[in-house]
Amino acid sequence: MTQPVLQVSNVSKAYRQYSSELARVLNWFGLSTKPATETWVLQNVSFEIAAGEAVGIVGQNGAGKSTLLKLITGTQRPTEGTIAVNGRIAAILELGMGFNPEFTGRQNVYHSAGLMGFSKSEIDSVVAEVEDFAEIGDYFDQPVCTYSSGMQMRVAFSVVTAFRPEILIVDEALSVGDAYFQHKSFSKIREFQEKGTTLLIVSHDRGAIQGLCDRAILLNHGTVIRDADPESVIDYYNALIAEKENSKTETRKLESGKIQTISGSGEARVIDTALLNANKEVVEFINVGEIVTLSIKVKAEKYLPKLALGYMIKDHLGQTMYGTNTWHTQQVMHDVECDSIIIYNIKFLANLGPGTYSVSTALVSSDTHLVDNYEWRDLACVFSVTNVDKIHFSGSSWLQPNIEIETHLQTV
Amino acid sequence: MQSLVLSTWRYRYFILSSIKVEFRGRFIRSRLGGLWIVIHPLVQAAIFALILGQLLSGRLPDMADNRLAYPIYLLAGTLGWSLFSEIISRCLTVFIDNANLLKKLVFPRTCLPLIVSGSALVNNTLLFAAIVLIFLLLGFVPGVHLVWIPVLTLINLGLSLGLGLILGTLNVFMRDIGQVVPIVLQLGFWFTPIVYSPNILPEQIARLLQLNPMYWIIQGYQNAILYNQPPSWTALGVISAIAIVLLVLSLVIFRRANSEIVDVL
Repeated sequence: MTQPVLQVSNVSKAYRQYSSELARVLNWFGLSTKPATETWVLQNVSFEIAAGEAVGIVGQNGAGKSTLLKLITGTQRPTEGTIAVNGRIAAILELGMGFNPEFTGRQNVYHSAGLMGFSKSEIDSVVAEVEDFAEIGDYFDQPVCTYSSGMQMRVAFSVVTAFRPEILIVDEALSVGDAYFQHKSFSKIREFQEKGTTLLIVSHDRGAIQGLCDRAILLNHGTVIRDADPESVIDYYNALIAEKENSKTETRKLESGKIQTISGSGEARVIDTALLNANKEVVEFINVGEIVTLSIKVKAEKYLPKLALGYMIKDHLGQTMYGTNTWHTQQVMHDVECDSIIIYNIKFLANLGPGTYSVSTALVSSDTHLVDNYEWRDLACVFSVTNVDKIHFSGSSWLQPNIEIETHLQTV
Repeated sequence: MQSLVLSTWRYRYFILSSIKVEFRGRFIRSRLGGLWIVIHPLVQAAIFALILGQLLSGRLPDMADNRLAYPIYLLAGTLGWSLFSEIISRCLTVFIDNANLLKKLVFPRTCLPLIVSGSALVNNTLLFAAIVLIFLLLGFVPGVHLVWIPVLTLINLGLSLGLGLILGTLNVFMRDIGQVVPIVLQLGFWFTPIVYSPNILPEQIARLLQLNPMYWIIQGYQNAILYNQPPSWTALGVISAIAIVLLVLSLVIFRRANSEIVDVL
C-alpha cells in the first residue's frame, strides 16, 4: 500500500468576523472573545489521495472548491482538522504571479522559480528547457510588458512545470492560450502523471474531468457529498444543478454495478428505452455502422405546455459521443395532455467504434435541462458495438476511409 | 522555530534576487536610477542646512568655529533617520502590498521583511557612501569612530524592523494604523535631535526626549561621524534589549495572526 501524498482529515474552515478588530487581536493572546459571526465554508472534509491518482474536484460556485485548494496549497490554514502533504505542490492557478512587466522573460523565470523555492543553480539547469517549451522566440529576452497575454501565459506555464511536482493543481485557467499550446500543456500534464505526479483538477468542464481523472469529488455547501468515479459523480452533479423545488434526485445501483441517477420534477417520465435493429427487434449488441432506432417511450404525468426530449450517447468513460434534442430539431410538443404516451423513434447510423455505450435521456421544456427539468435519466439504456465486417480500426467513431496511394519514382 | 529558519534559508536565492530586482527596477526607464535613492535625503539635508544653517550652526557644542559642522551634523542624523523611517514605512504596508502573492503562493512569510531590510540596507549603504564622498569633497575627514556606524545600523535595523512588523501585522486588520504611523513618524523626526542640537532645548524637554530610543541612536551617528566619539553604550545596550524584545514580540504576534492575515487580505 503506497502512502497517500495528500491526506485531508476532518478539515473545516471558518471565516471569522469580530465585532471589532481589537477583539480579534485580544483573541490571539488567549483572551477569549467570541467572534461576532463565523462563516463555515468547509465542514468536515476528509479524503486521501494516493500518488499518481488524478482527482477532479467539482461543485457549484461557492461550494468551497477554491477554499479547499487554498488550504491544500497552504496559503490559508484550516480552522479545524489537518492536511498532510507529502511532497511539493505546484499550482497552475497562479500563472504569472509575481511577474514584473519591466523585466525580461528570462529574468522573470529566475524570479518566479525563486519564489517557488529553487536555488540559482537549480534554475540555471532548467532555464533552457523553459525557453524551449514556451516557444516565444526572441521575446524571451524582451520585457514582459511587450508580451501578449498568451505569451505571458506560455512563459508562466513553462516555469510552473519546469520542475515535476508531487502534486499538481490544475484550474480552469488552463483553457487560456491557443489550441496548440493547450495541447502541448495537456501532454505535459499527462507526462507528469505518468511519472507519478498526483493531479488535482478543478473544472466545470465534464470533458476535462472525465478525460483526465480517475476519481472525482463533489463538493456542495462545503461538504463532500460524493467521492467516486468521475462518470457517476458528474451525473450526480448535473442532476444537482438541475435540482429545483419539487424535484428530487435519486440514485440506484443497476445490476451492472453502475450507478444510475434520475432527477427532475417527475412531470414527465421515460418509461421505456430500447435500441431496435432494422427488423424492429430489441438488441444489445450491434455492428459498427448498423442502422438502428432508439425508441423512447414517454409518459406525461401532468398537462405540459411544452415538452422536448433530449438524448446523449456516451462511451464507457462518460464522454459524449453525440447528443441533441427535439428543441434543436424543432419538434417541441405543445399542450401535452395528462397521461398521454409519446413514443420517439430516433433512427441513426451507429458509426461508433467498438465498445460499450450508454444513453441518457432528458425531458425538458426547452433546450437545457436547467429550466423545467421534468426528468433526467442516466444509463437509460446500454448497448455494445462490435466490429463484425469492417476493417480493423481504433477510436470511438467509424469514419469510413478511402485510401488512395500514389507512387512516383523520383527523377533526379 | 528551526523549521522557520531552515525554510527561509531555502529561499535565500529568492530573497537576494528580490532585493536585486527591486534595485535594478529603479534603473529601468530612469536615467539617474539609483542616484534618486540618495538625492532625496541629500536635498532634504541641504534644505535644512540652507534655512536653519545661520540659526543653528553656532549652537553645536565645541564646534562654534567650524563652518561645516552643521551640514555634517545634519547628514549624520539624516543617515540614521532615513533607515529607520524607510523600514517602518515599508514594513507597515509589506503584507498589504504583497497581498496577491500571499493569497496565491506559498513561501516563508519571513522572506518579506528580510527583503525589506535588505533593500533598505542597500539604499542606506549608498547614502552612506554618498555622504562620505561629500565629506571628502568638502575636505572633512571622519575619524576612526566611523567604524561604529555598522553597529549603529544593526541596532537601528533591529528596532525599526521589530516596531515596523508589529505595526505592519496590525495594519492588515486595522487600516487606520497605516494612516496614523506616517504622521507619528513626521512628529518623531522633530522629537529627535536631527536638525537641532539637544543643548538648545530647555532641560526638562531635553530629558523627555531622552525617552525616545531614536534620540540615542541618532546621537550615536552624530558622535561617530562629527565628534569622532564612541556612542554611549549604556543607552545603546538598553535599546538593543528593547529591539530584541520588539522583534520577539513581532514574531509572536505574526505567528498568531498568520492564519488570519490571508483571510482578510
